[in-house]
Amino acid sequence: MSLFEQIGFLFTSYDIPAAFWVNIQLSFWAAIGALVIGTVLGLMRVSPVPSLRWLGTSYVTLLRNTPLTVIMLFLVLGVWGQLKIELAPDFNTNFFLFAIVGLAIYHAAFVCEAVRSGINTVPLGQAEAARAIGLSFLPAARLVLLPQAVRGAVAPLGNVLIALIKNSTVAAAASVATETSSVMKTMIEFNGNMTVLIFMIFALGYVILVVPIGLLTTWGSRRLAVSR
Amino acid sequence: MTTEQTPEHAPEQTPAPSTSPSPAPSTSQDAPARPLVHLARVNKHFGSLHVLRDIDLDVAKGEVVVVIGPSGSGKSTLCRAINRLETIDDGVIELDGKPLPAEGKELARLRSDVGMVFQSFNLFAHRSILENVTLGPIKVRKVKPKEAKEQAMALLERVGVASQADKMPAQLSGGQQQRVAIARALAMRPKVILFDEPTSALDPEMVNEVLDVMVALAKEGMTMIVVTHEMGFARKAADRVVFMSDGQIVEQADPESFFTNPQSGRARDFLGKILTH
Ligand SMILES: Nc1ncnc2c1ncn2[C@@H]1O[C@H](COP(=O)(O)OP(=O)(O)OP(=O)(O)O)[C@@H](O)[C@H]1O
Ligand SMILES: [Mg+2]
Repeated sequence: MSLFEQIGFLFTSYDIPAAFWVNIQLSFWAAIGALVIGTVLGLMRVSPVPSLRWLGTSYVTLLRNTPLTVIMLFLVLGVWGQLKIELAPDFNTNFFLFAIVGLAIYHAAFVCEAVRSGINTVPLGQAEAARAIGLSFLPAARLVLLPQAVRGAVAPLGNVLIALIKNSTVAAAASVATETSSVMKTMIEFNGNMTVLIFMIFALGYVILVVPIGLLTTWGSRRLAVSR
Repeated sequence: MTTEQTPEHAPEQTPAPSTSPSPAPSTSQDAPARPLVHLARVNKHFGSLHVLRDIDLDVAKGEVVVVIGPSGSGKSTLCRAINRLETIDDGVIELDGKPLPAEGKELARLRSDVGMVFQSFNLFAHRSILENVTLGPIKVRKVKPKEAKEQAMALLERVGVASQADKMPAQLSGGQQQRVAIARALAMRPKVILFDEPTSALDPEMVNEVLDVMVALAKEGMTMIVVTHEMGFARKAADRVVFMSDGQIVEQADPESFFTNPQSGRARDFLGKILTH
């Protein structure tokens, strides 16, 4: 078979775009979850309440230092397997949702750090002025701190998103068999003579997914500049 | 020269705080008026540094108090303690007869009644001039946006920057920004405004435009606590000068007596230094 024929063979025998679509969906929902949880954690870490700060710090320390595979296995074997907590009656949907949860809670720790570093770029005087006109913590954060923190947080958030998309392949550990790395493994198993080509197809796929995000965040952090 | 020396002058011109549930402070002739701001035996440490030492200070409604003293004497800390941007270790701080709340909603309400003007202006960098002034009334006082905007425009008019309303803070000169900051504080209809060296970050030619606004405010009966080394302002507008050194209030007097005849050695020293400049 020529190279061209090999590519044609692989794409007709396996639904590669569908595998990527699974990872895109996992990444999309996990990114939203991570953004929400991470922002709440970031606010907890700069809040005036010591116990909330402590909770935020503990979460980040615990989740950031645990391998994602371990988190995924814990969710599937521990939370689902032993504790019998089910997110959906359908077997595949259940694992798909667990994979989203695992990705979200893990990356939330990194989002938290990105949000916090964004908040740290906002001069202290802004928060003091907000407090001085009588805004309490959450309104001050929403109206004054976060809008100015976004700019400094965009680049690190972009990095988290890139890592998240690549890490979505760890969903395989949560028994999501339709995602890219699982499909890739099957393909290699049955087509050992095309291993290098298969790797290159998947690598290229991820590059195509991830590169625009880098460009977008660079553009975004320039667009959002606040002049002082 | 000050035209009015009594602390209780012209209280009727102070904008009445619209949302305060507290009874109006008594100004009856027989009983001495309760001070608007009351500090007793206030102490504060930064680590081993004792920055406020047994501070006693009463400020009456309508009174203008200038706080003066060498660098590091605790003037900013005193100011910031009054709206609890800085916590204190012990002692009492009361506003309008009520002790400062510790945290949360109550503290936010207190802060909305105490205006603060910072050395570095601290206008909200991502909001227009107009929004800087309307944000507090709309979000804290729940004033309708349209009404808040009208009031803000009137205030900006009063401090002379109405034509800049749609610009961003970074587009304004320091003097203009500080006047906006004063308008922002006034928009909350505060009971008292704290000024922490409001003109010391300004180019010399802009100092007077800010001081003029402050003198006008003082004449209208606003209660003000002003950390400044501007003796011209103190002479024109202050009822009292409080001299701090090493975290203590060393002496206080009306501006004329303080500047011409300081009692303590430390005050004489200090005045000697700033007067030779
Ligand atoms: N957050 C802080 N942590 C530690 N020390 C502080 C802090 N803020 C102020 N200090 C110290 O407390 C002392 C009093 O500071 P403060 O700012 O109140 O003085 P000040 O009279 O306003 O001086 P200046 O005229 O320079 O503004 C100084 O020695 C200062 O270094
Ligand atoms: Mg100071």
